[in-house]
Amino acid sequence: MTKRRVVVTGMGIVSPVGNSLKQAWHNISNGVSGIAPITHFDTTDFAAKIAGEIKDFDVTEYISAKDAKKMDPFIHYAMAAGHDAMVDSGLEVTEANAERIGVYVGAGIGGILGIQNTTETWLEKGPRRISPFFIPSTIINMASGHLSIKYGLKGPNLAMVSACSSATHSIGMAYRSIVYGDADVMICGGAEYASTPIAIGGFSQSKALSTRNDDPTAASRPWDLERDGFVLGDGAGVMVIEAYEHAKQRGAHIYAELSGFGMSSDAHHMTAPSPGGEGAARCMVNAINDSGFNADQFNYVNAHGTSTPQGDKGESDAIKVAFGDHAHDMAVSSTKSMTGHLLGAAGGIEAVFSVMAIKDQILPPTINLTNPDPECDLDYVPNTARDAPVGVVITNSFGFGGTNGSLVFNALSAR
Amino acid sequence: MSDVENKVKEIVVEQLDLDVEVSELSNSSSFVDDLGADSLDTVELVMALEEEFECEIPEEDAEKITTVQQAIDYVTENA
Repeated sequence: MTKRRVVVTGMGIVSPVGNSLKQAWHNISNGVSGIAPITHFDTTDFAAKIAGEIKDFDVTEYISAKDAKKMDPFIHYAMAAGHDAMVDSGLEVTEANAERIGVYVGAGIGGILGIQNTTETWLEKGPRRISPFFIPSTIINMASGHLSIKYGLKGPNLAMVSACSSATHSIGMAYRSIVYGDADVMICGGAEYASTPIAIGGFSQSKALSTRNDDPTAASRPWDLERDGFVLGDGAGVMVIEAYEHAKQRGAHIYAELSGFGMSSDAHHMTAPSPGGEGAARCMVNAINDSGFNADQFNYVNAHGTSTPQGDKGESDAIKVAFGDHAHDMAVSSTKSMTGHLLGAAGGIEAVFSVMAIKDQILPPTINLTNPDPECDLDYVPNTARDAPVGVVITNSFGFGGTNGSLVFNALSAR
Repeated sequence: MSDVENKVKEIVVEQLDLDVEVSELSNSSSFVDDLGADSLDTVELVMALEEEFECEIPEEDAEKITTVQQAIDYVTENA
């Protein structure tokens, strides 16, 4: 039996490089960084003082102030990106199709701001001052929940939670739900707001974050010899995906096909990648096989590329294992060099950028790659975007716990 | 309007994010039936009253505060 084909018909994004698809992609394809000093709290005693915060964002453009009060910021970002994706798709939700439309929008950490603030309230004022909205404003699946409530989407509703792979797994599982027949359309992606004191402090203590505080826009520098950790970012990336026949029938604009999904686990260490990127390589191979394309048909890897010393090397090695000799004939870049690492939203915005690379036939750059690590020798599209044929793309996400996810997107004409 | 009445109405308008002036809010308004509150909103509203008037409103009393006037009366008598 042939697999049901799935296509992307709508996209929305809230990110450190812009809160609209147009603005974010313009910045990404022009190598503009969204990293700056943290403004959300006083970073005096913190090792890392920089992040990719969301700027010029007004949630009341998307939902009422009353509703917004009952949601942590990660849900605000999901509502905005979800709204833009729905509008972009032109999808009309009706009584007839509502049960066939679902939502999988994940997060890695979710409502950590609300958890932190409520803990303070409890300690200072006692349990009677804990808001009745605390739980529903912070739990991760409420992004999916609120999107379903707002748009009346009565199909499957989940949130994948797999650290920095959350959005990729959410999109991948949403794709599977369409292939399997549980739904015809899925709103999927990830959202995150973790630029809070305890999250920044926690990642700092695990030595994961860059401390290049004096030069924020140069701090995220995947595959550069001087890389010293990732820079945390906030935001959301959400897409509308649907069965190809469904999209054709309603005359939807099709951006690209989502043709492959792979998963794997390192079974190795809490935070460090497996030696040689073995787990990541198996993940990519699974996605390649699922897509039906041959490894040598791929043009571009939108890498996980977080700018950590071990992770970047591991992924570079893994790409060589998964793609063999072809690894040197394809482009690899990390848009995290500009956005920072959005944790559970990273796979969402990177899926969006992967699709835009196909749409505009542009390879987004890896900025700040001025002194390449000699142990990482692929074509990382250093510093400047490049016009190139982009037909088949794979995008990777790897999370704490050793959990990996890869998605394959392709131009319809690439088949 | 008494100070208490004014303050209660301010809290109701703010907590329920109402698009009306404090002076226009009717005393007979029911939080749930007229002002669009759900059960969680009313819990938070009572918490805001407790905070403002520095009192503790027991669960069994809180359940009986369903209108603006009942809130004004309760605070006047107990705070």
